[in-house]
Amino acid sequence: MKKIINISINGKKYTAELGQTILDVARANQIPISTLCYHSDIKIQASCRLCMVEIAGRKGLYASCSTPIEDGMIVVTDSKDITRAKQTNLELIFSEHCEECGDCVYQQRCHIRDYAKKFKVNINKFPDRKKGHPIHQFGPALIFDSSKCIDCGLCVDACHKVGVDFLEYKKKGKFYEVVPSAKADKDCVYCGQCLAHCPVGAFEGVGEFEDVDKPLLHKNKTIVFQFAPSIRSTIGEEFGLPYGTVVTEKLVGAIRKLGVKYVFDTSVGADVTTVEEAKELVHRIKANKNLPMFTSCCPGWVKYAEFFQPEMLPYLTSARSPQMITAGLIKTYWAKSKKINPKDIIVVSIMPCVAKKYEVARPEMKIGGRKAVDYVLTTRELAHLLRKRKIDLKTVAPQKPDQALGIPTGAGVIYGASGGVMESALRTAYKMMTGQALPKLELESVRGITGFKKASIKIGKRTVKVAVVNGLANAKELLAELKENPKAYDYVEVMACFGGCIGGGGQPLPVNDEIRQKRAQSLYSVDRQNKIRVAEDSPIVKKVYKEFFNKEKNIKLVCHTKYHRKKKEVYPVK
Amino acid sequence: MLNKNKKIIAKLKTAELLGRGGANFPTHLKWQMVLSAPAKKKYIVANGSEGEPNTSKDGFILANYPAKLIAGIKIALDTFENSEAYIYLRKDYYKKYKLKLEKLIGRLPITVFKEAGGYLSGEETTLCQEIEGQIHRPRIKPPFPSQAGIFGLPTLINNIETFYCIAQIDRNQYKKTRFYTISGQAKHPGVFELPLGLTIKQVLEKTNNWPSFNFFLQVGGGASGEIFLPSELDKPVEGSGSIVIYNKDKTDPWVLMRQWIDFFMDQNCDKCTPCREGTYRLLQMIKDRQFDEKALDDLLFVLEHTSFCALGKMVVMPFRSAVDKLLK
Repeated sequence: MKKIINISINGKKYTAELGQTILDVARANQIPISTLCYHSDIKIQASCRLCMVEIAGRKGLYASCSTPIEDGMIVVTDSKDITRAKQTNLELIFSEHCEECGDCVYQQRCHIRDYAKKFKVNINKFPDRKKGHPIHQFGPALIFDSSKCIDCGLCVDACHKVGVDFLEYKKKGKFYEVVPSAKADKDCVYCGQCLAHCPVGAFEGVGEFEDVDKPLLHKNKTIVFQFAPSIRSTIGEEFGLPYGTVVTEKLVGAIRKLGVKYVFDTSVGADVTTVEEAKELVHRIKANKNLPMFTSCCPGWVKYAEFFQPEMLPYLTSARSPQMITAGLIKTYWAKSKKINPKDIIVVSIMPCVAKKYEVARPEMKIGGRKAVDYVLTTRELAHLLRKRKIDLKTVAPQKPDQALGIPTGAGVIYGASGGVMESALRTAYKMMTGQALPKLELESVRGITGFKKASIKIGKRTVKVAVVNGLANAKELLAELKENPKAYDYVEVMACFGGCIGGGGQPLPVNDEIRQKRAQSLYSVDRQNKIRVAEDSPIVKKVYKEFFNKEKNIKLVCHTKYHRKKKEVYPVK
Repeated sequence: MLNKNKKIIAKLKTAELLGRGGANFPTHLKWQMVLSAPAKKKYIVANGSEGEPNTSKDGFILANYPAKLIAGIKIALDTFENSEAYIYLRKDYYKKYKLKLEKLIGRLPITVFKEAGGYLSGEETTLCQEIEGQIHRPRIKPPFPSQAGIFGLPTLINNIETFYCIAQIDRNQYKKTRFYTISGQAKHPGVFELPLGLTIKQVLEKTNNWPSFNFFLQVGGGASGEIFLPSELDKPVEGSGSIVIYNKDKTDPWVLMRQWIDFFMDQNCDKCTPCREGTYRLLQMIKDRQFDEKALDDLLFVLEHTSFCALGKMVVMPFRSAVDKLLK
């Protein structure tokens, strides 16, 4: 048990646990303290020096984020000196942040601007030190504008926590700067957790502000939108709705208001991914070959495996991700039924993820020599587009997605949360192997935001050992475990981002465990309310298999892919 | 506690030995903390980073009394069970004294370590980072190195001169002396072993270094030391014990301040806002040879009160005293 102690903040008494910091106690009791470099996901940076407080009996000021509480401590969070320190440090922070407020991922939720107002800071006291600093681009996914960077260190540690270590400090002239690594054994996997943890919007998706209109500019084409499982419980935040609000039909309504006729739910493609993946899993288990099988619907994880752990590639399922299968079906099965030439179809995916921009550009994803997905917009980018067109998601009339590809099962929706792919595939695999439905559909042990989850499921006579990891550092740990014990697991789900797609690099900001939990819980509630919760029971899946996937070559064309060992892609040294 | 351990700590206490790295922390308390920290293994570091310009007393000890240094470290090795030690040296000292030290070390568990960084690497937590092979940046305190230092284990970090004193104390030969480095426009520059607590004036007189010209001094470090005028020299010598003599008529304070700020900007780690950006804004003002008084005051305020580590805090003293005494 933790020791409970008493402290006083601004004259009021609070009880708190020994081991907490002053900031922890202040936050828990709604006492405002300004911070920039604090993020609950990441270890304490203590670099911005805004959260200064005074402690009775001690000289000077203390950073509340890194000062542990002591019994009887008397803390003041507001004084002349504290304000002066905040003002000056904010002036200095603004001197290294070249503002571009119109095009910022934080939109109206910018902390430093709020602080500047609150503390009456002259943001132009000093000229911009970083004017003209380089803009780095990481593949087709991310932009890092170093002239906005305030050197807080969160992105470097987020990249480290993901398990990639692509961002690092390098001394350039008199200053250390955050740079993409030039080392041959380091590369970006495009997950975007740097973006998700940057407090000042120095990172954004490629084309995040400039290109959001582009998909709508194709006049004589049939424009088709699809939206990923997780979008329904996240995009509401961009329009001021509470975390985790499910807005599926409003989302469809808003997209239709853009003038888009056809809107599909990517969760239907997820149901097909599930069936294909479960088939492969059952096959591998029966043959006892290439186990454990790894999921591959996360393009960040795929890039990680291809670059950092290529020996694992035979273990990845060949099943394509839901967005690729949905797009494949749109440009084949649906195009044929609609009698539209696939070359006249523009597929636009709304994704929680910047790595999805990379996935659609992979040459092995082409169908008939053509890209299956023409544009990827992140959750945030769709929100920018809607705002630009003065469409308010909150008030838009709800509509149903197109029925041509049917409605998804609950299993297809939970893909957006870490553990969801595993749970969906096991529901189907169980049925395939035993002919019966799982006695309890909910696999509670693989749900939740924990980074490394394990479970054993008895399927017939066989005990199937599964693991679910989010954050690639956990994947690294799991792979190390497999080197020691190759039979530790039969099936592994990997997601690059913390919490899975609901915590993706394309999602609304800010994000933390509490927000991720709310977003995930909403997806599980959609599943719970769904009448059909096993992918292969889906009428549309049955129909597609009967009418189109009755030919093995169509399955191969739309549903499967290959992986290749990758060399460094971002700033390779020639 | 073992009797012999009690004895050495009591001796350090009676001798009133304070750390000679500049922070003046009571040595016996540090030893007591490391001793009472429960751990299977402990580290000992003799800190010979000596990054402050115009200070060379650790180098002097390495050149003249290396056996005393090793003797001091050996006492620590005997005191802390399952401990191993590093002699942590700045690059030039490492090159000069490694072989000599290794001969004296023999089979003792002492490694001579070459410091890769500079001034900041003498800071205790940065030192731990360096030895672990991590980025050269200070860590959040607490925990202090005496609780969790190198690889999270209790680590005793004492200055080289401190170990020299410990060896003397152990043999009852300690005469309460310290080493003073005198440089700049001195008639007799060098390192001198003299009684503790001498005033600046006494040190100049005893070493026959009282200037015959109009002068000012920087005392306590060639970058972080405070500026003193001839009328202010009845104060004891503080910090690393260094005195730099400047000819007041021939020294341009702006050039001197430029040297300091270049040094601090070059040696800091750019982790925290005041030290990274504050020193840069000082540089800009120095380049313009003009201080906006309010802006300068604010910058020095955040450097002193909000810097992450001691380096940023140490920037303040030389500038504040130079502005008051050389510019007005």
